[in-house]
Amino acid sequence: MKEQLQKDFDNSIKNLSLSQKDIEIKKFCLDNFINKGFPNRKEEDWKFSDLNQIIKNNIGELSFYNDQTSTNKVDTSVFVDGLEHNKIVFINGRIEKIDFEYEKKDQIEIIDQSETINEFKNSNSLSDLNNAFTNKCFKILVKKGYQLVKPLIIYHTTNSKIWSKNINLRLNFELDKDSSLRLIDLFNDTSEKNFLNIFYNFELKENAVLKNYKVDKFENKNIKYSFNNIDQDKNSVSETFILSSGSNFSKNEINCNLNGVYASAFVNGIFSLNNHKHHEIRSIINHLTENTKSYQLIKSVLDESSKAVYQGKIFVNSEAQKTDGYQLSKAILLNKESEFNAKPELEIYADDVKCSHGSASGSLNEDSIFYLMSRGLSYQQSRELLINGFLLDVVEKITDSEIKNLIKNMIGIKE
Amino acid sequence: MDNRQKEINNLKDYKYGFSTDIENIQAPKGLNEDVIKFISNIKKEPAWMLEFRLKAFERFKVLKEPDWQKPKFPKIDYQDLYYYSAPKSMKDKPKSLDELDPKLLETYKKLGIPLQEQARLNGIAVDAVFDSVSVATTFKDELTKQGIIFCPISEAIQNHPELVKKYLGSVIPTSDHFFATLNSAVFTDGSFVYIPEGVRCPMELSTYFRINASNTGQFERTLIIADKGSYVSYLEGCTAPMRDENQLHAANVELIALDDAEIKYSTVQNWYPGDKDGKGGIYNFVTKRGLCKGKNSKISWTQVETGSSITWKYPSCILKGDNSVGEFYSIAITNNHQKADTGTKMIHLGKNTKSKIISKGISAGSSDMTYRGLVDISSKAKNSTNYTQCDSLLMGNKCGAHTVPYIKNKNSESNIAHEATTSKISEEQLHYCQQRGLNPEEAVGLIVNGFCKEVLQQLPMEFAVEAQKLVGISLEGSVG
Repeated sequence: MKEQLQKDFDNSIKNLSLSQKDIEIKKFCLDNFINKGFPNRKEEDWKFSDLNQIIKNNIGELSFYNDQTSTNKVDTSVFVDGLEHNKIVFINGRIEKIDFEYEKKDQIEIIDQSETINEFKNSNSLSDLNNAFTNKCFKILVKKGYQLVKPLIIYHTTNSKIWSKNINLRLNFELDKDSSLRLIDLFNDTSEKNFLNIFYNFELKENAVLKNYKVDKFENKNIKYSFNNIDQDKNSVSETFILSSGSNFSKNEINCNLNGVYASAFVNGIFSLNNHKHHEIRSIINHLTENTKSYQLIKSVLDESSKAVYQGKIFVNSEAQKTDGYQLSKAILLNKESEFNAKPELEIYADDVKCSHGSASGSLNEDSIFYLMSRGLSYQQSRELLINGFLLDVVEKITDSEIKNLIKNMIGIKE
Repeated sequence: MDNRQKEINNLKDYKYGFSTDIENIQAPKGLNEDVIKFISNIKKEPAWMLEFRLKAFERFKVLKEPDWQKPKFPKIDYQDLYYYSAPKSMKDKPKSLDELDPKLLETYKKLGIPLQEQARLNGIAVDAVFDSVSVATTFKDELTKQGIIFCPISEAIQNHPELVKKYLGSVIPTSDHFFATLNSAVFTDGSFVYIPEGVRCPMELSTYFRINASNTGQFERTLIIADKGSYVSYLEGCTAPMRDENQLHAANVELIALDDAEIKYSTVQNWYPGDKDGKGGIYNFVTKRGLCKGKNSKISWTQVETGSSITWKYPSCILKGDNSVGEFYSIAITNNHQKADTGTKMIHLGKNTKSKIISKGISAGSSDMTYRGLVDISSKAKNSTNYTQCDSLLMGNKCGAHTVPYIKNKNSESNIAHEATTSKISEEQLHYCQQRGLNPEEAVGLIVNGFCKEVLQQLPMEFAVEAQKLVGISLEGSVG
């Protein structure tokens, strides 16, 4: 893999007009990655999902070079109907379209940051890989007091014209005081067996509101890793919803730093898996100052030898008095071969806090099925109804009604 | 006979130049094969036992000291320790209670420990004051009548080799983790219990009544076997503070429950926790593991951990037999600079197995408390259930309370439920108690006892009363 990395790296550097210093930083990151390799089960954070092994078994050898000079045709058929929205379109890792047609042009700024590499406070080797190979990196700045009229949908599309086996993406967002953004990530993959490595960084200033919905619904054979870093100032709110379903393997990581008082973070997720899929959500909520709040709810329905992992951590440092942290994960195992692993962690250094977590997993309640069947439903119908109700709970947590309906339609959940 | 065997046989005659006076000998400092052979020789162990130790030592040489745990401690130089020293001679021991630390005496008073008992705990050379030997003998007679074996493990190795050989290392193999392996190589003494088929042990067994119980050393090894249909309740430790010159304690405890058998193992641990600034104190790194080997068997761990500067232990149950049950009840209290990383592992292998975990952690001062646990339901463990509850109570803003549970469910017909909360004693509760005339310290003691009640109830009666007092005393100085 090392030679391939080196060769592809030299190729991608050639196509970029970077300063000597930036090339050196990228080179440093590459060397880091070569040293560490893909994360494996020996690392505590990857204990339940050995990415190294997963890539080996599913993809084999990776290649990394993507030609960013040729453009891809934007296929409009993937766009969401019935919801007016702004668009960013990624095709095979290349940003093809940025379109804020519904917004005031002077309130949103798009800054090309390709030449400045921001360090993530994430120690895993994938951030090094990302830093070494990202081509274009944009920062989207929502200016003070501006609230986007329509949601922004980011389309992540891959197709058969993809250059290599690995795509690295990077986007930064800054939400200035009193601004708000609704963001939907929609994955639509028609390429086979690629590794997507996506890093987002959000910076929320005072009173800013971020709502991020990640929808990985369409069946595909790709492997995805997505990392969201969210820094929150006073009074800001972040809401993250994850629908984890389509890919062969997917790991979503949320790292949320509640830096300002009265900041709050919500993380809700659904795993709906079948057919040997293996998905993971790992969330770290850092309560760093007093009066902050976090709430997490993760529900899984696992069929046909699929595997879901939830690792959630609530960290409360000694200044963060009056913290309110809550975390709940529930799983239904439908099949003998399915598996649910959880590591709900609390690390607390302040005494005046309210923190709790719960985790439960088991089969569908036979009594409930009997109840429904005795009222005339078939076994299949009863099962579906119960699962529907189980997942509806999470979808109801979505605070934006427009998007809630969209997601309900997408996953076929009824009220 | 292979070469190794020959070598061991040759060594059996080797006397190291020491001969008769066992009371005063000490193994040379350091850890190597000679020291292990020395220990084995002094204990007059059979060849298979020495081989067991050497096998463990081979393994120990390649193992590294683990570093994943939360409480960090300075590196231990394993070559700088004595692995065998005979009990101290009477000359070195305090001659009367007046020579003891007044603080210690005060604690005894609070716990309500009788005078002669205080003397015994400190090894004061008093004769005929406390007739513990005769008491113990009466108990021993009764046990022998029922066919129960209860003796130091070194005696069991001599007298019941077939049992020891069969079960020693069957739950904690010689190839286990660092400290367990160290223990397998150098353990000096401990208890051995065998309850024959169908016998219900008539009394709580306790190290207290075992002759030669004192000075079991820092590497204790306990093996308890409950044969088919039997029952035993075993108590370890005591509520009175214990001082010990050995800083590192790495004990191994193995429990084996055969068909329909039940073992109840209760621990009260109150080793010296170090002074107010965290200087000194015992490192308590214990490996405790129970195997529910037969069907319908049950193992229940109850622990009250208040002492030691670092406690690091996970009493575990391997639920192998169908319908077997594992339970874990724990109270861990840390104050000043104490650190505890404790919890349990419940490994469900058999069908219809059940486990229950109740853990209460209390941290005060600048201490750190971690619950770390594993619930693993394997794909064959149909219809199994687990219920876990871990609650933490924080007192003051310099301490930490952490919960790190690992939950693995590979069986769709099994259920796991886990709950954890962290909170502090509310102002209202304190106010309510103080209004009724309790001082703040008493109020905290009362509230904490209520918090721990679920676990304290699991302790044998007389133990429970003492433990309750202990809970209050451990938190002294943490209020106000």
